[in-house]
Amino acid sequence: MVKMENNNFKQSAYKAAKGLWMAFPMILGTILLISLISTLVPKSFYISLFMKNSFLDSFIGSLVGSISAGNPITSYIFGGEMLKQGVGLIAVTAFLVSWVTVGIIQLPAESAILGKKFAILRNISAFILSIIVAILTVLILEVLV
Amino acid sequence: MKFKEKIKRIPKSWYFLISIVLIYFLFSLFNKEIYLESVGFFTELIYKMIPIFILVFVLMSISNYFITPKFVIKHLKEKGIKKWVFVIIGGILSSGPIYMWYPLLADLKNKGLNNGLIACFLYNRAIKIPLIPLAIIYFSWQYIVILLVVMVFTSVIQGILLNKLMDVKNEN
Repeated sequence: MVKMENNNFKQSAYKAAKGLWMAFPMILGTILLISLISTLVPKSFYISLFMKNSFLDSFIGSLVGSISAGNPITSYIFGGEMLKQGVGLIAVTAFLVSWVTVGIIQLPAESAILGKKFAILRNISAFILSIIVAILTVLILEVLV
Repeated sequence: MKFKEKIKRIPKSWYFLISIVLIYFLFSLFNKEIYLESVGFFTELIYKMIPIFILVFVLMSISNYFITPKFVIKHLKEKGIKKWVFVIIGGILSSGPIYMWYPLLADLKNKGLNNGLIACFLYNRAIKIPLIPLAIIYFSWQYIVILLVVMVFTSVIQGILLNKLMDVKNEN
């Protein structure tokens, strides 16, 4: 089904190890940066940013999600808390989507490994799309449910 | 001269790591509480990532063995929705933090995977199947289903958009 082209597994594993080693300082640096930011920024800070204006909040939601990093579980907890505090569903959705699709903290690693132009364009488009996804999701939800 | 040349040869990524380590060093001197908490968080993250590192290494080895540039050209460069479906499923099934997958994607890029498909893969990584039950508990199943469908659809739009934007940039 797939041709091997004079390639043996030992060589393939060596190539993989070399690729990971090249990315090692960026990955380790990113993990260190995420750990520091997660410690410095308290959870209450995120909720205090919203103004209960659906349009502005969706932009803020997307912005806060973009600069945040960590497990998506954390974003569900924040999102749930935001809803309880009265923040609109569009803003919460923008926050949830940008949390997992935009990575400002990972940008140096993404730029170094996948290319600067690619990383910048991907993150900007993901930021804009997170607002569009939020609006579309809530609109469809309102129509269907 | 020789020392300067040696310094120049050090990849920029190491400067990034060194600067973050220096920030940690400063915190260890001036704010030990934040330093210790961050180190604790870091250690916890590293422990969680060891199995993902191993998985990425295994997948990269397998990919180097089986997925040759010819294979990528054959399966991902052809027109049609097949390649998009392939990338969407790959993105959804991949686990671990996004930056762990950059080396593998860079490798696939060198083998012919285009920017749009890489963007599509990265977008779909946002969909975590094991976390869906938890998301349903926090929100509702109707909301989560609609959100996931919209996100898959958007991932393709972002892929097409990025291909066009990168082409325009490359032409200049």
